[in-house]
Amino acid sequence: MKVLAAMSGGVDSAVAAARAVEQGHEVVGVHLALSRMPGTLRTGSRGCCTIEDSMDAQRAANKLGIPFYVWDFSERFKLDVVDDFVAEYQAGRTPNPCMRCNERIKFAALLEKGLALGFDAVCTGHYASIETDLDGNLELHRSLAMAKDQSYVLGVLTQEQLRHSMFPLGATASKDLVRKEATERGLSVANKPDSYDICFIPEGDTRDWLKEFVNSEPGQIIDTDGEVVGEHDGLVGFTIGQRKGLNLGRPAKDGRPRYVLEIRPKTKEVVVGPEAALEIAELAGDRFSWCGKAPDNVSEFFDCEVQVRAHGDAVAAQAAVVDGELVIRLVAPLYGVAPGQTAVLYLGTRVLGQTTIDRTVSAAASIV
Amino acid sequence: MRVFLDHASTTPLRPEAKSALTDALELTGNPSSVHSSGQQTRALVEDARDQVAQAAGCNRSEVVFTSGGTEANNQAIKGLFWASGKKLIISSPLEHHAVIDPIQWLEQNQAAEVYWLKVDRDGQVDLADLQSVLNARASEVALIALMWINNETGVVTDIPAVTSIANEFNVPVHSDAVAAFGNVDINFASSGLSTMAISGHKVGAPIGVGALIVGRDQKPSSLVHGGSQERSLRSGTLSYPMIASFGAASAAASADLDARRTKLLDLRDELEASVLAKLPNAMVTVANSTRSFHNAHFIFPGAQSDNLLFLLDQAGISASAGSACTAGVLAPSHVLLAMGIEPELADCSIRVSLGHSTTKSDIDAFVYVIETAYPVAVLEAANQKAI
Repeated sequence: MKVLAAMSGGVDSAVAAARAVEQGHEVVGVHLALSRMPGTLRTGSRGCCTIEDSMDAQRAANKLGIPFYVWDFSERFKLDVVDDFVAEYQAGRTPNPCMRCNERIKFAALLEKGLALGFDAVCTGHYASIETDLDGNLELHRSLAMAKDQSYVLGVLTQEQLRHSMFPLGATASKDLVRKEATERGLSVANKPDSYDICFIPEGDTRDWLKEFVNSEPGQIIDTDGEVVGEHDGLVGFTIGQRKGLNLGRPAKDGRPRYVLEIRPKTKEVVVGPEAALEIAELAGDRFSWCGKAPDNVSEFFDCEVQVRAHGDAVAAQAAVVDGELVIRLVAPLYGVAPGQTAVLYLGTRVLGQTTIDRTVSAAASIV
Repeated sequence: MRVFLDHASTTPLRPEAKSALTDALELTGNPSSVHSSGQQTRALVEDARDQVAQAAGCNRSEVVFTSGGTEANNQAIKGLFWASGKKLIISSPLEHHAVIDPIQWLEQNQAAEVYWLKVDRDGQVDLADLQSVLNARASEVALIALMWINNETGVVTDIPAVTSIANEFNVPVHSDAVAAFGNVDINFASSGLSTMAISGHKVGAPIGVGALIVGRDQKPSSLVHGGSQERSLRSGTLSYPMIASFGAASAAASADLDARRTKLLDLRDELEASVLAKLPNAMVTVANSTRSFHNAHFIFPGAQSDNLLFLLDQAGISASAGSACTAGVLAPSHVLLAMGIEPELADCSIRVSLGHSTTKSDIDAFVYVIETAYPVAVLEAANQKAI
């Protein structure tokens, strides 16, 4: 196959490309330029987007003996990922930009470009596996390295996208093994630190970064009865389930701590209440997709597990499509789930599909 | 075998330059040393000085060896500016970054004022504009900097016309002749220029050597201080192997200029005609100007340069477009934008540049590949818009 290896400059994508080469594919390395004004050297915990990272990627490609190019996706990235991130926060939701990047950039813009230019697949260093069922349908599964599993952020991929994707690291048991392999292959990025921050936020301080973009006007903090219990100087940075930093003047009637239950951008209100009110019994969203083949009868509730954070656990649930919405009923309540987050459905290790959460139903049945 | 059609970026080492280099590497001696070892390598430097002087049409004492064209341009612009005690610099937005950037640095850090001359769609500098700014402000002008041949479009500046205007006002003119040296008959002595930058690797020497031709009557301030080599303008131990190689390449380029011009002009014309015949949408960017024979500059509407270059490269052909910014991403050419070409079109340009090793089969290969690559790149661009 002609394979386009997306190379961020990190160790995972370098080893993934190396394995694709070893498997006999015709591999071309590509670094995605996502910023028009990249920094020169890497700082903090960011793992891509500087010229140093681009050079690291190029160095790895040279080592593998494959051609290397830098493709400019900065405009698309700004439009589809950064602007979306800001808009979601503005709407009081908590977005996952990495997910959006996979959905709109790596497995859309990049893949489309690769296909148009004669490639068969995009290869990345994600920890996830693609398997084929007995009927030849493609399935996305968790990686063998449970601690590094990234199937969650790939939950947006469709059958068609899976058909043109390669994740050579999926069957590797740990990142240490990947680093060891990188060392053996003489790749200079073998010991490059992991990145874990949002790549386009230079200092890693999301709240501070958002202040520049998100209108931050003071407003009121109210309880579930609508009574004003405090004030805030801007909605930016409040997250569902937050307890600290509310600065409420007086204690609640029941004397227990209060938590952020809801953020209302239109009225600039933050709703607080007892921990019990954070218990979410149901999640729903109409921006859903199936990863591979859809379950047989999606209008009937079926057993599955749901994961709502990249590094969270999957919990038992039942899901069905009801009135155009993917509705997910939790067997045991989850705490502090915010609209904007992505709920990924699993069946064992297999990713079934995902939805962006538009609304949640609290266990106390009051609609939050 | 790769097809190399990017001679304007650098051109293959000429055999004469290679043997001059390897022969020189056998010797030991600092050219500034007084002993025989030093005299031996000094002789190589001075032979090369003669060769470069002859190729550039200047006096041998006017050749100041540098590390390349960028250093030569920096030396000329900053040196003339500092020595003049004046503040106004006149240049054009079509210049190479090795000229624009030092000028902008002087503007930002040394209180220079810059007048950017008007240019037209054909890549020509407006000499009437030069005349009128000199009429008004000649006494304030530190220098004029205008390139001889544009590195992207190949458009030739009428340097004698520039200097005849400037000399009337006694204003020094510097020319970046990096793209011109070896590709046009250059006679520094009769050009009216004060300084002129040239580079070795564009004529078949290795990358890393060049020269600033500094008129005998010019006293630019020095950029690099030290052991007082090269008229005290450019200190630093002379790299005799590189300089010897530069001398040999200059002599060879000068010797075969007429034959090369005849051959490459035919190939270039054939290239343009074939591309236009096969791809009616394609355009020759500056068909109306006097252009160098080694350059064919195209616009392929609807196909982004980076996709075209990628497809060409995958098919074994090296060509170029605009200039890569620091991230390795192609940016629309500042030259084309300054000419008033719409950004959407500037983004679709390809420069094919020919050199001493170019053959008809190179041209045939390009025409063959671009014919299939163009529709693919157009389709890709349309896809991206649709996502």
